[in-house]
Amino acid sequence: MIENKTTDAQLVSAYMKGDESSISVLITRHKQRIYSFIYSKVFDRDVAEDIFQDTFIKVIKTLKRGAYNEEGKFIPWVMRISHNLVIDHFRKNNRMPKFENNTDFNIFSVLSDGSLNAEKKMIKGQVEEDVRRIIQELPEDQKEVLMMRVYKEMSFKDISEQTGVSINTALGRMRYALINLRKVIDKHNIVLTN
Amino acid sequence: MQKMYFETSRSERVNKNLVPKEETIKFLLDYSKALSVIDYNKLKFEALLN
Repeated sequence: MIENKTTDAQLVSAYMKGDESSISVLITRHKQRIYSFIYSKVFDRDVAEDIFQDTFIKVIKTLKRGAYNEEGKFIPWVMRISHNLVIDHFRKNNRMPKFENNTDFNIFSVLSDGSLNAEKKMIKGQVEEDVRRIIQELPEDQKEVLMMRVYKEMSFKDISEQTGVSINTALGRMRYALINLRKVIDKHNIVLTN
Repeated sequence: MQKMYFETSRSERVNKNLVPKEETIKFLLDYSKALSVIDYNKLKFEALLN
């Protein structure tokens, strides 16, 4: 069998003299090793295919030009070409960075959607319910101002007009409403975090 | 958890039996047959003959 007995050096020499079948034997003999090497670096079948092809285009051109000096180092030479092409590939890709979704790094670990999940929705609902209950404990005048300000989003000017007190009084009631809320929260050790 | 610790590293996951597609090999052999290097006054010209 020509494939098993002939050395790489003999095949290279024959190819350089015009024997086209020799390159076929060389490619068949080393395709797995070279392709696996490329794939182990790029982890993409299509990119590995392209680099493998470019590697042998360089090999063919160099051999046909007679620019290769056979010293029994055919396979290290081909590996070196493929290695350089892998580096070129990564250099090109660095200019256009992309995120690959592999197990080492997951883009979704740094990106999250702003919407709340079921658990957070439940907690939010409980916190809001607690706040409503505490507000009910406040004196009526403070409760009124706080409800208008927080839930109805009214300005203090509108609040003062609607309640018939001055803006300063409305501000004071709001201040005391918040102080009293904090007191109730501290007293009952209520945790209001989402 | 167990899966996390026993998962092989990225380089170990490469299947050593990977080979390029047949069409890639065919392209290279056709390219080789079509490529001709012409020597002219110490200059080398490449020609692709189809």
